[in-house]
Amino acid sequence: MSAHADTHAHDDDHGHHHKETFVTKYIFSQDHKMIAKQYLITGTIMGVIGVLMSMMFRMQIAWPEEPNVLFEALLGKWAPDGVMDADIYLALVTIHGTIMVFFVLTAGLSGTFSNLLIPLQIGARDMASGFLNMVSYWLFFLSSIIMVISLFVEAGPAAAGWTIYPPLSALPMAQGGSGMGMTLWLVSMAIFIASSLLGSLNYVVTVINLRTKGMSMTRLPLTIWAFFVTAVIGVVSFPVLLSAALLLIMDRSFGTSFFLSDIFIQGEVLHYQGGSPVLFEHLFWFLGHPEVYIVILPAMGLVSEIMASNSRKPIFGYRAMITSILAIAFLSTIVWGHHMFISGMNPFLGSVFTFTTLLIAIPSAVKAFNWITTLWKGNLQMNPAMLFSIGFVSTFITGGLTGIILGDSALDINVHDTYFVVAHFHLVMGISALYGMFAGIYHWYPKMFGRMLNKNLGYIHFWITAICAYGVFFPMHFIGMAGLPRRYYTNSNFPLFDDLANVNVIITIFALVGGVVQLIYLYNFFSSIFYGKEATQNPWKATTLEWTTPVEHIHGNWPGDIPHVYRWAYDYSNPQHDVDFVPQNVPLKDGEKELHH
Amino acid sequence: MTTLLTIIVLIFILIAIWQMVKIFDLAQAKSENSQVANDKDNTLNGYLMMGFLAFIYIITIVCFVKWGDLPLMSNSASDHGPTIDNLMIISMVLIFVTQTITQFLLHYFAFKYKGEKGRKALFFADNNRLEFIWTIIPVIVLAGLIIYGLNTWINITSVDETKDPLIVELYAQQFNWKARYSGADNTLGKANVRLIDIDRANILGLDEADPNAQDDVITTELHLPVGKPVLFKMRSQDVLHSAYMPHFRAQMNCVPGMITQFGFTPTITTVDMRATPQMVDKVANINKIRVENSKPLLAKGEEALERYEFNYLLLCNKICGKSHYNMQMKIIVETQEEYDAWIKEQKVFKNSLIN
Repeated sequence: MSAHADTHAHDDDHGHHHKETFVTKYIFSQDHKMIAKQYLITGTIMGVIGVLMSMMFRMQIAWPEEPNVLFEALLGKWAPDGVMDADIYLALVTIHGTIMVFFVLTAGLSGTFSNLLIPLQIGARDMASGFLNMVSYWLFFLSSIIMVISLFVEAGPAAAGWTIYPPLSALPMAQGGSGMGMTLWLVSMAIFIASSLLGSLNYVVTVINLRTKGMSMTRLPLTIWAFFVTAVIGVVSFPVLLSAALLLIMDRSFGTSFFLSDIFIQGEVLHYQGGSPVLFEHLFWFLGHPEVYIVILPAMGLVSEIMASNSRKPIFGYRAMITSILAIAFLSTIVWGHHMFISGMNPFLGSVFTFTTLLIAIPSAVKAFNWITTLWKGNLQMNPAMLFSIGFVSTFITGGLTGIILGDSALDINVHDTYFVVAHFHLVMGISALYGMFAGIYHWYPKMFGRMLNKNLGYIHFWITAICAYGVFFPMHFIGMAGLPRRYYTNSNFPLFDDLANVNVIITIFALVGGVVQLIYLYNFFSSIFYGKEATQNPWKATTLEWTTPVEHIHGNWPGDIPHVYRWAYDYSNPQHDVDFVPQNVPLKDGEKELHH
Repeated sequence: MTTLLTIIVLIFILIAIWQMVKIFDLAQAKSENSQVANDKDNTLNGYLMMGFLAFIYIITIVCFVKWGDLPLMSNSASDHGPTIDNLMIISMVLIFVTQTITQFLLHYFAFKYKGEKGRKALFFADNNRLEFIWTIIPVIVLAGLIIYGLNTWINITSVDETKDPLIVELYAQQFNWKARYSGADNTLGKANVRLIDIDRANILGLDEADPNAQDDVITTELHLPVGKPVLFKMRSQDVLHSAYMPHFRAQMNCVPGMITQFGFTPTITTVDMRATPQMVDKVANINKIRVENSKPLLAKGEEALERYEFNYLLLCNKICGKSHYNMQMKIIVETQEEYDAWIKEQKVFKNSLIN
């Protein structure tokens, strides 16, 4: 830990500012609020790239092998005369998945809000180590740059699917993208994991050690619980992916045989012997499955907080919510095998993983019912953040329910790797997490930038996005159940699937509208930084500590002493008070009872 | 051209939205411009929540009416197929009921309790009985699903050797399939990709010295006798592939360096399947689409699309490289006599080698 950052964090003399240069304030900043904004903006840029890719491959699926000016302009040599090449199709699918899962929904979501909210909501002047925090962001930035660079490699970017199963990902002769493109993918991900680990360790240490006086674990807002548990899952599972990536690098470059055996390709036998691709699948999904909870838990935390404050009601079942977060986190580490029912592993293992997987539905159901009950008899303030939170619960239910089909090994046989899976995980972790992220941005924008987002643009953004999300992913279940495999460049070689073509066109139209509508949000986001309505200190009348800091950001967060905490985070409409919210730093009145025990 | 038009339409939509927002903004009283929702916003969005609930229901109904016949949930062509289909239908009904109820509650509450200035929400933080109820209900339902599911899974994956299944190897390579029949001894000869000798046409790497290999038969079409259990042994020579036979509710990955397996009993011959009313309708519909799609081709002076006739298929369902989208093999289920006649015509391994 840097001594400099340390003294900063605990500096009692925070009232007067140190002289900050442009570089220390905006670039190599160690202030958690600035780092949060850096994460958000980098994540947004990566998100634009990822969404643009999805729009391109959706057009290819709807109108296969048709010349397209957009392809010609954006893909260059990969779309001769505007007709998309089959290799680049797979690359687009691969990089879309990688970018959205890791760069947008892990770093962009968790990185932004853990950094912004952990110190502010627990009452700390900064992260435990501002320096590590800065290093974490810049490693993320570096990995983003490398990932983007990999798009311009001669033989094409990685194209083995975001799960990069060897041998396809290990052998450059199997696929153009498995050459330099895959090397850069692996390097980028290794750096990304390092960044994520530094961030996670910092979050864990900060939550454990730097809570202000009175902020017991059972007074923490659910956001912090979610970020804390997410960080723990990350620390447990990301290193396993790192080891998988390193072993794959060894196989690719140094001739080892961890994942490869008995391969005959392009007329020659390769020397590999004794390895197993199934081992890679185990290692990958040991992270890969917890990863979806790394993505969704922070969104759940944000949504819980936003729903409570906009319903003007306490979150229903605070302790049940914490218990279910812990249960989900625990179960998430023992269900990875449900991605591998038909991988060739022993069918008995399939039985075990079916059992653990379906158990996860229980804490998930508890959470969904608690959110719905939070709305009951509330006084709902329909801010854009609230709409996205309700949308989150809606898509989480729709997407989550089909999980009981995919988690059931017998049923998975026939829908594995079809569009049914694509529809399921996009709704339950893609769209839902994205909604959680949007909800968070609309809600905490005033805290980040001192200005408000335009609410009418927010409403339009939400409603069109919500319709498009269902329009894209609901019909997709049906083509999946019809047996259409994912990752097919075109279905025109299968007359059997000709009757699905019109469904694909409809899906693509919804996807295009949904993608373009995000421009409204981008316009709102960037123009409001400069021209938005100036925010008041506590625009949503929320109870948590971040709204007790001044609108103008200062290093150290509070100009005076750090506030003490006297109550839990959800004293909304407390019958012992006339106002409908009591901030956490307000002491109990004479004779007032703490209500949530 | 379609795409260009789409892009233009999208741009117009954007402009329209932008104008709408300007109108919204201008219509709002200056003093209220706090960008925090007011009662008007709450009411409008509350009603939109009900509208959205209707939208979810409508899209569900439309999908079922228009595309409800697409899912593979009846007409399975294997012995174990109906058990999977039953489980699928039970799960779907459960999902459907839960979805309808929970989405209703969510959106209805969002509408019913839309905010009004001056009203105070109910302080309702905890209720152990409620928590218990919605923990125990999923527990019971899932316990049922788990027991049913595991039972089905174990039945499908356990191979009954006493039934003397036909042993067939499915061999995957970028980007095609081969089938290897074990011949009269019903035992596959030893094989390893290291033994592949293209010059001698030993394309699957069979051990030429193994007596069991001599009568093996390698084909590019998969023929199966109806009613006879078949046990597939899967191999891959290069990357991961997945042998997906959707009509038989069967799938297993093919993994280089190991042999995986999946067994089932086909129950309906190709000819009988073609004659089922459901399939007749499906094929007629597909051919109508193909005639429609042929029109622009004919106009350009190209050939029309071939008429479609139903066949069972083996598809690759694990990303395997550039031509993954066209890695398929025809499956023909026929009577034992037809099968015997066909297999007799095929060359056995020892005769197919080039010396």
